[in-house]
Parts: sequence; C-alpha cells; structure tokens
Amino acid sequence: MGTLIDETTKVRPAAVELDDLDTLEAESMFIIREVVAEFEHPVMLFSGGKDSVLMLQLARKAFAPAPVPFPIMHVDTGHNFREVIEFRDKVVAEYGLRLEVASVQELIDQGIIKVDHELESRNRHQTRALLDAIKDGGFDAVFGGGRRDEDKARAKERILSFRDKFGQWDPKNQRPELWHLYNGRHRKGEHIRVFPISDWTELDVWRYLAREQIELPPIYFAHEREVVDNEGLLMAVNEYFPLPEGAESKMEMVRYRTVGDATLTGAVPSQATTYELVIEETSVSRITERGATRGDDRFSEAAMEDRKREGYF
Amino acid sequence: MPATEILRIATAGSVDDGKSTLIGRLLHDTKSIFEDQLESIERTSEKRGDEQTDLALLTDGLRAEREQGITIDVAYRYFATPKRKFVIADTPGHIQYTRNMVTGASTANLALLLIDARKGVLEQTRRHALLSSLLGVPHLVLCVNKMDLVDYDQRIYDEIREEFTAFAAKLDITDLGFVPISALVGDNVVEPSPNMPWFHGQPLLGHLEDVHIASDRNLVDNRFPVQYVIRPQSAEYRDYRGFAGSVVGGIFKQGDEVMVMPSRKASKIAAIDTPEGEVAQAFPPMAVTLRLEDEVDVSRGDMICRPTNQPTASRRFEAMICWFDETSQLRTGAPYQLKHTTRWVAAEVEELRYQLNVDTLHRDLAAETLEVNDIGRVAIHTTSPLFFDEYRINRTTGSFILVDPATDLTVAAGMIISAGGDPGVATDAASIVAENITFHPSKLSREERWAALETGGATIWMTGLSGSGKSTIATAIEHTLVSSGRAAFMLDGDNLRHGLNANLGFSAEDRNENVRRVGEVAKILAESGTVAIASLVSPYRDERDRVRALHEEAGIPFYEVFVDTPLEECERRDPKGLYAKARAGEIKDLTGVGSPYEAPERPDLVTSPDLEEAVRQVLSLLG
Repeated sequence: MGTLIDETTKVRPAAVELDDLDTLEAESMFIIREVVAEFEHPVMLFSGGKDSVLMLQLARKAFAPAPVPFPIMHVDTGHNFREVIEFRDKVVAEYGLRLEVASVQELIDQGIIKVDHELESRNRHQTRALLDAIKDGGFDAVFGGGRRDEDKARAKERILSFRDKFGQWDPKNQRPELWHLYNGRHRKGEHIRVFPISDWTELDVWRYLAREQIELPPIYFAHEREVVDNEGLLMAVNEYFPLPEGAESKMEMVRYRTVGDATLTGAVPSQATTYELVIEETSVSRITERGATRGDDRFSEAAMEDRKREGYF
Repeated sequence: MPATEILRIATAGSVDDGKSTLIGRLLHDTKSIFEDQLESIERTSEKRGDEQTDLALLTDGLRAEREQGITIDVAYRYFATPKRKFVIADTPGHIQYTRNMVTGASTANLALLLIDARKGVLEQTRRHALLSSLLGVPHLVLCVNKMDLVDYDQRIYDEIREEFTAFAAKLDITDLGFVPISALVGDNVVEPSPNMPWFHGQPLLGHLEDVHIASDRNLVDNRFPVQYVIRPQSAEYRDYRGFAGSVVGGIFKQGDEVMVMPSRKASKIAAIDTPEGEVAQAFPPMAVTLRLEDEVDVSRGDMICRPTNQPTASRRFEAMICWFDETSQLRTGAPYQLKHTTRWVAAEVEELRYQLNVDTLHRDLAAETLEVNDIGRVAIHTTSPLFFDEYRINRTTGSFILVDPATDLTVAAGMIISAGGDPGVATDAASIVAENITFHPSKLSREERWAALETGGATIWMTGLSGSGKSTIATAIEHTLVSSGRAAFMLDGDNLRHGLNANLGFSAEDRNENVRRVGEVAKILAESGTVAIASLVSPYRDERDRVRALHEEAGIPFYEVFVDTPLEECERRDPKGLYAKARAGEIKDLTGVGSPYEAPERPDLVTSPDLEEAVRQVLSLLG
C-alpha cells in the first residue's frame, strides 16, 4: 500500500457528518448516476405524484448543471385529476423535459384493452400500457418512485430489479444486491426497473420536499371538495366518481396522500394547507398512505405482489 | 427536526429464534406500525388460528412466506425514534439462504443476532457471527431471546454469553454487546425488564440508539471513483467538465493535490460542486461533482485519490468470496465479469485456495469448487488493473461482485484481502494466513512471520541530493514490488516531515534526529516483513552508518543506495524550486548549497542515471 502520512490525517472529523435527508439524497443520486452511466435508454416514470416529483428533483441534482439526460413517462389512465395533469405539463415546460405518454385510453380505443364500462378502475390496465410503451420506446431502464415502506411486497424489491422479456418480476429469484454494486446487465427485450428512493419513508419525502420548497400539485394540500364516503374511502364526486344512488355527498376540507386513478384514489380529511402542517399530520398518522387512500391495495394481502409480478410499477 | 443519523441493521437468526417477532416488537413498541397494517395481520392471524397476533406477519411480505411461515428474502423495514432512524435488513436464517444474510450485512453498521435461550449457541449462530465478521460489520449485538421460557434464569444467559464470547474471540469483531430479551412479551426490548433485575445493561433499543457509528467511516484515505462525466454543452457552461461521483473515503478539499488512476496524472481540485453551489470539502457518503484545475483525461471507472496516498493498482489479488448462484458452481479459469466501484472488468478465478467451513472455521485445502452459500478464498486475475484497498480498510474500495456473462446473474460477492503475488510463488495454500479469520494470540518470531508471509523484510536506504531522483526511483521500486505481491513501503523524507517529523527543522541536529526516526521506522517495517524504501537526503555519513548498525544488530538486511546525480544536474531539474530559492538567499541551509553533503564511502550500490536500469539494480540487491 502506498499509504503515507499526509495532511488529511491532521484534520479531525468535526463537521463531516450528513443528516438523514442529505444521506438519502446522496444515495439516490448515486443510483441515478450509476444507471444513466450504464444503460442506453433510461426513462423515468412521472405521475405528478409526490414520489415522482421527488425522484425528478434528485435526477436534476445528479446531473446539474447539465439537463436531465433522459425523458419522463406518464402512464395515463385517462382518469386523471385535472390539477395533476396541469402540474405535469408545467413541470415538463419549465425543465425542458421530453414527455412520453403511455395512454390506457389509446389501448382501449384500439380495442387492445376491453373495459366493461367507462368508469371502472383502469389501475390494472396501466401495466399493459406501461409494458407496451417500454417496448415501443426501446427503454432498457425504467426509474420508478416505489418505496419499501409502502407495502410488504415492495419491502422485498431490489434497487435494480430485473424484468424478463414479458416485463415480469420473479420475487423468489431476485439478483443479490450487495454494497452499492448494482448489476443491471440484461439482454435485448429485457429491462431493469430502478427504484432510487427505495429507502425513503413517507415522512422523509414530505420533510425533503418541504426543506427544498418543491412545488406539488395543489390537491396534496387541504382544500374544500365535494366528497362521499365510499366503503371507508373519501371519494371526490366528479365525472369519474358520480354520486352513488342513495348516497349523500358533503363539502369537506380534504387532501390527498397519494395520486392515482381518480376512480379509486380517496382523500383524507385534513386541515393541512402547508408543508409544515402536512408533516405534522404525517408524523402522527396511524394509517399507511396506501391503506388510507387506495382502493387497489385493499383487496387482498398480496394485492401488490400479484400486480408487481405482472409488471406493475 | 435536528440532524439524525441512520443506523443500518442486519438481523439474523435461525428459523424459530423469533427474529421477525423481535422486529415486529420494535416496530410496534416504537409506534411504527400503522393501524391498517396491524388490523391486516390480526385478520390473518385469526384466520390461521394463532393464539395471539403474530407480529412476524409484518415482515413476511411474500405470499409463499406467509403460507410457510418462513422468511425467504431480504426485507427492509424502517422505524425511527427521536434519537435515530433505523433501517433493518431482515435476512432469513435457514442455511440455504446464507447469501441473503451476506446481502443484508454488506451495508450494515450493526448485526443483530438472535439465540433461543433454550437452545444456546448453535451452528447457525456461529455461521452468522462469522459472516458478520467477514462482511466487516463493525458492531454486533447478541440477543438471548425467549428468556421467559427459561424462567429468566441468569445462569443460562451467562453460559451463553461466555460460550459466544469465546467463539467471537476467533473472529474480527470489534464491538460485541449482549441483551437478554423476550421479543414475544417485550422484556428488555424497549423498556428495562422487571423480570430480569440482574441485568444492568441497556435494553436493546437504547443500545441501538447509542452505539457510536460516525467513526466507522474511513476519513483518511481519499478515494473518489468517477461515476459520470458532466459536460452540459450549453452556452452558459461551455467549458464545464465535472466528474460526478460519491466520496467513498477521506475528505476532499478545494485546492487539494489529487492524482487520477490509472493515468497517474496529477492536478488540483478547482471546485467541489453540489446543486446548491460550491462547497469547501466533501466526505463520505456525499455525492458531488469535482472539477480539476488541469485538463486531465478522466472517465468513468477512474479513481481520484491523493498523490501521496494511492490505492493498490493490480491485476491480481486475493479475496474471500461467497458463492450466490444456485444454478452454477465456481469454475476456475472461466470468464466472469467483475464489478468493482464503478468499473467492470473481465476476470477469472485463477485458483481456489481453500473452502472455509463456516461452522468450524476449518479450511478445506482440497476443495475443488464452491457452490451456493459456500465461502472460500480465491486468487483472482483481471484483464485490466483494479484500484483497491483491503476490505477491512475500506468496504467500498475493497468489495466486488462476479457476474456470469452467460446468464447475467450475480454469482458471487467478494472481499479483497490483499494484492496477489506471482501465482507460481503463492500457490501453497497452507502457507496463506487468512487475516480475517484466525486470531493468533502468541508472539511471533521474525522467522515464523516471514515464513508465513513468504517474504523477508529489508531496508533500502536511498541517499542523495535534493532533486537527484531518489523518490522517483523509490516510487518505481515500491510499485514493482507491490505489483509482484511483495510488501513494500516507501518512506519519503518530505512526506514524513508533514507528520512524524513535523516538529523538525533543517539544523544539523534536527537533520540527525530526522534520520534517526526514519531509520527506526524502516527497521520496524522491515521486521514486519515489508521492504522499507527510505528516500531522504540524509547528508551526514555518521548518521547513515548509525542506521546501518541498528539494522545489523537486529540481523535485518540494509542496503545503502547512492543516487549520485551531480549538483549541476539537480540544480537544473530543481523540481521543487529549492535551488532557485537558495541561490536567491531565501533558504540558508540547502544541502549542496549552504549545507554540506557527505557522499557514502562504501555504498551497496551507486545507481545508473537510467531509471529502468536503476530500478533493476536495486531489485537485484534484494535477490
């Protein structure tokens, strides 16, 4: 070893510690840079939800002062919150990004996806739209904003997660992932899902977005809205969720903890109109964000695992 | 919220030790479980007919796991207290999933091992402790669980503690803690247990909150593997060229002299960029972008370090590997892809030195291959050099994975022990000391030490005027020796004056003291089996002779090498600008100008002016 005594040994580690958010930020930036360096055609999923907003922000930091070197993709169910689509388009324009839209509606119009009626949940159909878009775009790495604290199946997901040529995940046969040595090797037609914010918790995301003063779609903060209680979920009454017969709607202060298909994403009662108030609420919340707001994850113990196996994000 | 640290924990235990229950308990008692999660597992427990809610269901995320009541894969869990944040890598304990334990331990600060108080220390306990030690996890806590089932008997706890302490002494574990608990009931998990008044230590959570981890990082050896080159190509940043990456060792400061491996080009850090602007210094694990003062060619996979503190650059090294792949076994001589820091290189395992029995620590020298979950020591040869440190010095620059190019699967993970030697010399597996594994309490004689290391120490003493080329030759010798697998260490007079000899000036008295100290250090290094290469002016004959006598007394070879470059030539080169300053009167006592140089009367060697020839001459002294 060529180790000699030099000046660094005189420096006592005084201010050489990072706080938890800076540590998470650094780890995520490392992952994003690693993937961009090793893959030919990465793409980043962007729903306008807070996790994808965070992920995009980390990508901007990773390559500053150069622009983000890959496009973003929105998997569009057609059942959108208007505010979220407006926000998405604003972000794309402001940062000069290239936007790819994987449209469920287009697949329905082409007869590739069959739906019984206009307002049934299109959550499951997103998988098909996503896989087609990945194939058509020739993408070999797909960044997703999944976090391990969200769900038990996600807790077992790798940072770089292999998908076969059918886009499927085999949870029992995952590549070992040690240190920060990621193996993203794959063949043509296969791809890798990348989860750079795996280790962030919901509270971390909120604290970071607040610290950095990053803009979110307004529906994440408390606002007055016409809602109806639907089997324990507070659903906004609108064209995607007409008032069920016999039910009574009411005006209430609510906010969203997650943003998904408008036919099954519920709101929570809230007075939190600012980041600080949202963090306060999140710190004391006794229910997971998915349990509180997502019809899709409540069907069975393994709902997420099953969807992920098929190629869901 | 104040700045908080993140503690990464790897848990391990046998199938029924109650590991998942303990994690469930930690989450539950720190109020990290959400109501809907709790309701969901209550429903499942009820359906299965469990007597009480099975907290293990919180972590068993896959359907197969819930059905079989076992943990298959590494699951990550998060909880926080006002003092700290915790990430738990929950790894399965059964034998066929050793690889997952290795995965969880690779990034852990602390390993949490569980023992069933009724069963005591089992094979699996020993295996997990060994793996933690092998993976360099700095802290280990042994929880003696199910104390409620042994009537909270202190004797049972003490026996287990003693037995495990004796075993752990053979491993490389620096910090070992014990807690008697009952995960099911909650004794000593969060609150001190009234059932075990004889236990005076902290409950588990308090221990996890207080264990000191900040100094586990290597803040001395500067290492920056380049990940990505940032060139914005915009009008505003036309000339911007930044090298993005994460600091994995040391502290980089603006203005620091740096060197880029493998080109060995030197430059200085012009700026350390973050998205929030420039910062004065960067340290692990910061992700930053370095800009250099000179236009040096740098690309992904290069390593930025300090000119005076470089990683080992070698195509051959010795490593412990854990085989991960169920569908193949280790094939020596077969092509693999190896990933180390941000570099992929083609590699082959030249030889399996031995397989390590993780239960007995026995080394099977006759082993011919490794299969899934096997651990062994190997010699690896890569097509281009890696820039590495020993794993126990730096977990990032000392680790690698092997990928089978036929399947793209990660087949093995490895930890570097040392630079490898000539395979023709070092193939005798019996002679190789596995530093991480066996503990030698006895005092070794020099003969035993040198025989075991298959080496011999010596001191090469390079003397000559400033600018004569001593350090250039010394550096080349050091590099040649280390590359060939022989331990060598250069003691550069100028560099030592920054540290060991920082309090010395250039008076005759101080010069003598300078030579005396370096002579002592060289002797100790040589005694340890290293070739010490001292490079310093050492102008006085008497002092050099004293160093020679010191070595002769100890029976250690000493070679005085005179780099006889004429003063005119040294002055023409003047690499440090010293002669110019001396002629200008700024330095009074520069050797050769204002201070005498006494040339050796009977040096062992006078070097040739040709560098390659000089190196060859010196090496031939060593035989």
